[in-house]
Amino acid sequence: MRTITGIPASYGIAIGPAFIFERVEMVIEPCNIQDPEAELKRYAEARETTQGQLDEAYAKAKEELGDEAAEIFSAQKLMLEDPELLSTVKSRVESELVNVETALFETAESYAQQLEAIDDEYLSARALDIRDVSSRCLRNLLGLVDSPAAGLNTPSIIVSWDLTPSDTVLLNKEYVLGFCTAEGGSTSHTAILARGLGIPAVVGAGQEIEKINTGDDLVIDGDAGKIIIDPDKKALKDFKDRQVKFLKVQAEAESISHEPAITTDGHQVEVVANIGNVDGIQPALDAGAEGVGLLRSEFLYLERRNLPTEEEQYQSYKTIADAFGDKPVILRSLDVGGDKDIPYINMPPETNPFLGVRAIRLCLTRPELFKPQLRAALRAGYGNNLKLMFPMVATVEDVKQVKLVLEECKKELRAEGLDVAEKMDIGIMIEIPSAAIMADQLAEVVDFFSIGTNDLSQYTMAADRTNAHVAPLASGFQPAVFRLIKTVIDAAHAKGKWVGLCGEMAGELLAIPILLGLGLDEFSMNPPAIPFAKRLIRSISFEHAQQVAEVALNLGGDQEIRDYIQETVPEVNRE
Amino acid sequence: MPEIAVTINHEVGLHARPASMFVKTATKFSSDVEVTHGEVTVNAKSILAVLTLGAHKNAEIIIKAEGVDAEEALKALKELVLDNFGEHE
Repeated sequence: MRTITGIPASYGIAIGPAFIFERVEMVIEPCNIQDPEAELKRYAEARETTQGQLDEAYAKAKEELGDEAAEIFSAQKLMLEDPELLSTVKSRVESELVNVETALFETAESYAQQLEAIDDEYLSARALDIRDVSSRCLRNLLGLVDSPAAGLNTPSIIVSWDLTPSDTVLLNKEYVLGFCTAEGGSTSHTAILARGLGIPAVVGAGQEIEKINTGDDLVIDGDAGKIIIDPDKKALKDFKDRQVKFLKVQAEAESISHEPAITTDGHQVEVVANIGNVDGIQPALDAGAEGVGLLRSEFLYLERRNLPTEEEQYQSYKTIADAFGDKPVILRSLDVGGDKDIPYINMPPETNPFLGVRAIRLCLTRPELFKPQLRAALRAGYGNNLKLMFPMVATVEDVKQVKLVLEECKKELRAEGLDVAEKMDIGIMIEIPSAAIMADQLAEVVDFFSIGTNDLSQYTMAADRTNAHVAPLASGFQPAVFRLIKTVIDAAHAKGKWVGLCGEMAGELLAIPILLGLGLDEFSMNPPAIPFAKRLIRSISFEHAQQVAEVALNLGGDQEIRDYIQETVPEVNRE
Repeated sequence: MPEIAVTINHEVGLHARPASMFVKTATKFSSDVEVTHGEVTVNAKSILAVLTLGAHKNAEIIIKAEGVDAEEALKALKELVLDNFGEHE
């Protein structure tokens, strides 16, 4: 039994075999075939599919990595259609009646070995290429998903160096029990994904995780941030007991998830969901969401090669807003840049993209991006409770500019005779310290605020949230961040405006008593966190939360605040 | 079978991009095209085979072609090699 300590990223306990995400092994089983013609037809079809994938990979590489990287896929295409390779495979299938997978695998492997045998670095790399392209073709023959996750066919704990958004898209979520990664902090993509799925995760565990192999027995403790390899009998029993208790609390939370979030002394807040697309509607409603506090619009723009049209956006926004009826749905305008890139938008590279032209800064310079989205939102908000919110606002001037564009869109739509949501509420994200500091002025020009703690924390603490080494600084559990949040809430309430919070913190049970005590009006979180948040809010008093918040504002750093809440508000525990 | 002999001047030899260009050029013709380096003769339309030749800078290769457009194929391949695969310092 060995234990690795990382950063707790998503709570709960997972027990199961490890699955190493990056190294893919494929089993090619030789067998005899009856119909060589049909076998060769399969081969031709698989090559055609592979061609298409290589063309895509070429285009993507050319765009993102340059000509040299793209050239690799062009060379791989030549290898795929290599006449010598094709004729060897063909003759083996025809004369030996062996399945095409075996013929291709063995022929490609023999070329790879020949190339490796020549003492030349370049040719060794080509050996890798022939293996890569033939295994891509083999995956297509075997009907496996074109992905390093292809071998994932039993419920497992995913172990990886780090996961990119496109990696995580490829995972079959049915088989994912939990995540552990070497890199990343509590707001890395892996962490966000895990919380979205409601499964445990430990991130930032360092290179120790390289010692884990696929199939190793693992336990991950998402509360303590621990990964246990080959747990002994006693440890395994303890974890199983905790898992049972956790599941019991979960059942209890789910039973009250559709009740309002009212404290024992009658203070009510709103608990709403963060969702990314139309698929997010049902899970949010099922979890007890009282609306949508953050509808991320980026997902309409990802995994495609051109901008979504106004009509497409209108349909999606309308479907979502209508699904929630008179409950609020807050659409956030396009938030790209920083760690989120959309290749076809062609954002120039920046040395410091988190401080560069991202989100509203980009949209204000690119009307062809911005206006179709605003027009779609204004149309979609007719007859429901859709609200618009803008990310990365730094100054009052930003809001004024946004409002000008918005007015222009309204005028156009009216002139075109289309239905427009005339009285749509407009809000801003508070995620730049300057906006928090100037909240009193900003409160005069908008209808509401939504605090984005992921960015507000990293900008306030000067700590990159994707860097595991500074994770406790970027966690948001800092008195400096809580004080800014207090400033924002007080300033908004003084002007009769309400404040929500849609960062990861809203769903963190340890943060909820403090935020509640500071007077936060709306908590927006991933749907799986909603029942737990409501259970907690319904079990404590507003008065107690106010006292706790006041103390927390005057404590030291991250751990001190967590320990204090843990001790004084035992209701935060899930076991 | 008409044949020509040429010397590879390109820095990386008949590898990498030059090998790809060589194979792509040979593939444009319907004739059978072969390339010999030392003792080994391979199909010039096969990238894998051409790479296994291990023809480095200054290697002499012999190109043979047979078919209706054999002369044109040889001419095109010779030009490609003599033109240093389109790269000039």
